[in-house]
Amino acid sequence: MRITPPDTGAVPDCCRKGLYSCLLPAGLFALLCLAWPRVVNGDVFTVQWAWVPSLDLNLALRLDGLSLLFGLIITMTGFFVTIYASSYMAGHPQNGRFFVFLHAFMIAMLGIVFADNLLLMFICWEATTMLSFLLIGFDHEKSDARENARQALLVTGAGGLFLLMGILLLKSAGFSMTLSVLSESADVIQNHALYPAIFICFMVGAMTKSGQVPFHFWLPNAMSAPTPISAFLHAATMVKAGIYLLMRLHPVMGGTPLWMSTLVLVGGATALWGAIQALGPCDLKRILAHTTLMALGILTLFLGGQTVLSLTAATTFLMVHALYKAALFLAVGSIDHQTGTRDLNDLGGLATRMPLTALAVAGATLSMAGFPLFFGFIGKEIMYAGALAEDMFPLFAAGITLSANALMTAVAAIILLTPFAGTLPAHLKNTCETPWTMRIGPAFMGLIGVVFGIMPEWVSENLIQPAVFAFHPDREEIRLFLFHGINLPLVLSIITLTSGAVIYRQKIRLRRGIRFLTDHLWVTMPGLYQSGLTRFLTTAATVTRILQNGSLTTYMSVIVFTLVVLTGSVWLPHVADIASIPAVTGPYIAMGLFVFVLGAAAVVVTARHRLAAIGGLGGVGGGVALIFLVFGAPDIALTQLLVETLTLIFVSLILLRLPPMEPIVKPGATFQARTLRNAILSISAGLLVFTLVSGVVSTPLDRSLTAFFETHSYVSAHGRNIVNVILVDFRSLDTLGEICVIVLAAWAGVHLIRRPFGQRKAP
Amino acid sequence: MKSVILKTATRLMIGLMLVFAVYVFLRGHHEPGGGFSAALLAGTAFSLLAITNGADHVRKAIRIRPSVMALAGLALAAGAGLPALFFGKPFLTGIWWQTETFAAGTPLLFDSGIFLAVLGAILSILLALEEN
Repeated sequence: MRITPPDTGAVPDCCRKGLYSCLLPAGLFALLCLAWPRVVNGDVFTVQWAWVPSLDLNLALRLDGLSLLFGLIITMTGFFVTIYASSYMAGHPQNGRFFVFLHAFMIAMLGIVFADNLLLMFICWEATTMLSFLLIGFDHEKSDARENARQALLVTGAGGLFLLMGILLLKSAGFSMTLSVLSESADVIQNHALYPAIFICFMVGAMTKSGQVPFHFWLPNAMSAPTPISAFLHAATMVKAGIYLLMRLHPVMGGTPLWMSTLVLVGGATALWGAIQALGPCDLKRILAHTTLMALGILTLFLGGQTVLSLTAATTFLMVHALYKAALFLAVGSIDHQTGTRDLNDLGGLATRMPLTALAVAGATLSMAGFPLFFGFIGKEIMYAGALAEDMFPLFAAGITLSANALMTAVAAIILLTPFAGTLPAHLKNTCETPWTMRIGPAFMGLIGVVFGIMPEWVSENLIQPAVFAFHPDREEIRLFLFHGINLPLVLSIITLTSGAVIYRQKIRLRRGIRFLTDHLWVTMPGLYQSGLTRFLTTAATVTRILQNGSLTTYMSVIVFTLVVLTGSVWLPHVADIASIPAVTGPYIAMGLFVFVLGAAAVVVTARHRLAAIGGLGGVGGGVALIFLVFGAPDIALTQLLVETLTLIFVSLILLRLPPMEPIVKPGATFQARTLRNAILSISAGLLVFTLVSGVVSTPLDRSLTAFFETHSYVSAHGRNIVNVILVDFRSLDTLGEICVIVLAAWAGVHLIRRPFGQRKAP
Repeated sequence: MKSVILKTATRLMIGLMLVFAVYVFLRGHHEPGGGFSAALLAGTAFSLLAITNGADHVRKAIRIRPSVMALAGLALAAGAGLPALFFGKPFLTGIWWQTETFAAGTPLLFDSGIFLAVLGAILSILLALEEN
């Protein structure tokens, strides 16, 4: 039995259920570790269950080197983020929901990287979009969190639709939805007429998800999520989905001039713009968000290459970035949590108060800046080598990489030195170190960079090479070494560090300049997004006002008019060939009924009071029911009669609440355009339906279905009433759908009736 | 409505109509009728009750909320499709239990589902109209 601790009013140190839930990512990580040695040997694990085979939708999972690398990063980050969040979110009233979202997010992301079927991948892709919406807007009491969540949802959701289009087009070109099958028909796909369209669709999907220019603006705003989520979202999940997609598609679609030039240019622009903007803000979290843009740009840039070298550079940098970015976000969250601020101007000298966090940040930032002996150094070396080996624009790529890295070095220095070095401001005197749960994650991920930096051979053999082999056909071995000798990349590395130091010295002036620049841009993507959204909403409101104006007469007229025009335009040219006036046969009583129905219809049209009109309608319905009976359709007659009765009751109940009927012909007026219009519409609709029915009657009826039901009804369904047997047995799925519609319609109707017009909220 | 005649007649007729609804429901398998028609009939009976004695009377008579009735109907109809899965047949295949002279099966359950769903839908609209 559990004893509830006494409520002391203090915030608990740690949320137990959150802490225990780290077993999920830990378990998944351990499972991946079991498969790891065999994947390094080149084994590929596949599982497949049929889901909707007719749509080529299978639950096909595939574990190769690339999936393994991503899986390890996701589960490891997920593990540390969960432990971290158990303290960070402690005392939050909705932290149970938080951990559910967090783990669902992780599983959706794992789904993306393990899916071998493109539709399955798309489903997981959309799941990450939805869950990121929930997580970014987790603090839903704040309006900017809601706004940013909506922005992320709209941008990435729109990209998701492009991705779906791309998948469907790719299926028509490559005749498969399975990635491993598609990569075998790369030649066919790349020479297909649809290739540019497919490429654009996938590219837009990846660009929106991975925050590439010009869809980058949602990513910095997404940091209104709780910090552990930002760490997870920036380092391992969500934004890496687009990069993963580009990697996976590389063997299928990569290597064409279109692919290479687009990726290099888009990636380069994103990297440069992200790196420049990172110098602007004073908010540590916002700085980090912009550096993620730079990293995503660099990754895209290198995926534009075709050589093993540039792809190895991308994969290495992916790892480097995941480690330092997760560590830095978590550490910034710790600073925020302990001091209540993450503004650079308010921070300083924290190294003495939060030593382990400072150490973690030092490890992460030195890796980010690319100091020798850190993993980031290895990454930077191979980046320069890869940039110079690009097939398209190698100098552009090298220039972008150089300037972005120099800026990153300066940013790394800012992140490390400003909060931790210098004198401790008075208001931070009481700051203390975080609980162990919030230290372990940043410390591990910040310092493992040193371990990887010292033994790059092991990393390249066990993680990077298997991943690159999974999406590049050439098994060319690229080893990472601590020291490659004195060559061009090393020279570039030294230039990077020196210019980074120079930029750091000028940080205040640069910050002012960049702020001035971003404030005075004529066209900004957030501005375009905002005005586009506003315009979209006003257009929607206008369209709604026109189409949904609340007048039942207008609705009916539009429906009938559409029916007459669309059906008539197809049907009328053939009317003379098919339809014929059927011979008048049948019992005399039917004649009497026809006359009765016509008379009732005349009553409806000329009635001056609603009750008379309703009575007339009832007469029409009842007469038609009797006609059914005379011609031998007792089932329909019964139903029609019952429906007519009920309708009459319902309509009379409504009638009591309506204002008196407008006279059809207003007193004093002899002619009205509205009456004429309605009359023409009604008569033409009536004539159209008449010719249609007569056309149906003159076409010979295929009786094979009737024969089937006649023979099988009693034998296999024990019923002699074929109509009912069809309804409840042979075609019961249809009936199930229909009763769902009935219940839904009733539900909607009840809510429409219950809310009186006076109490409606203004839209 | 304050008509004493209608009120008295309703008291006599409603029982008859409901029994007739059950009859129509059961005969549906061999002759015109079935769950849908029976629900319309029962709905008409309750409408009569609502008009003469008020919506509260109907609520007391049916005991459960009409929306619950409609959803229960949907659940029953969908649930009637499940036994087929245990026999390895497609969802909603009729499963029959029969003797020499008598056969009953899941379509009966399905039809009851239709009855409840349609009646629930009718009653919820009716009560909303009456109570508004």
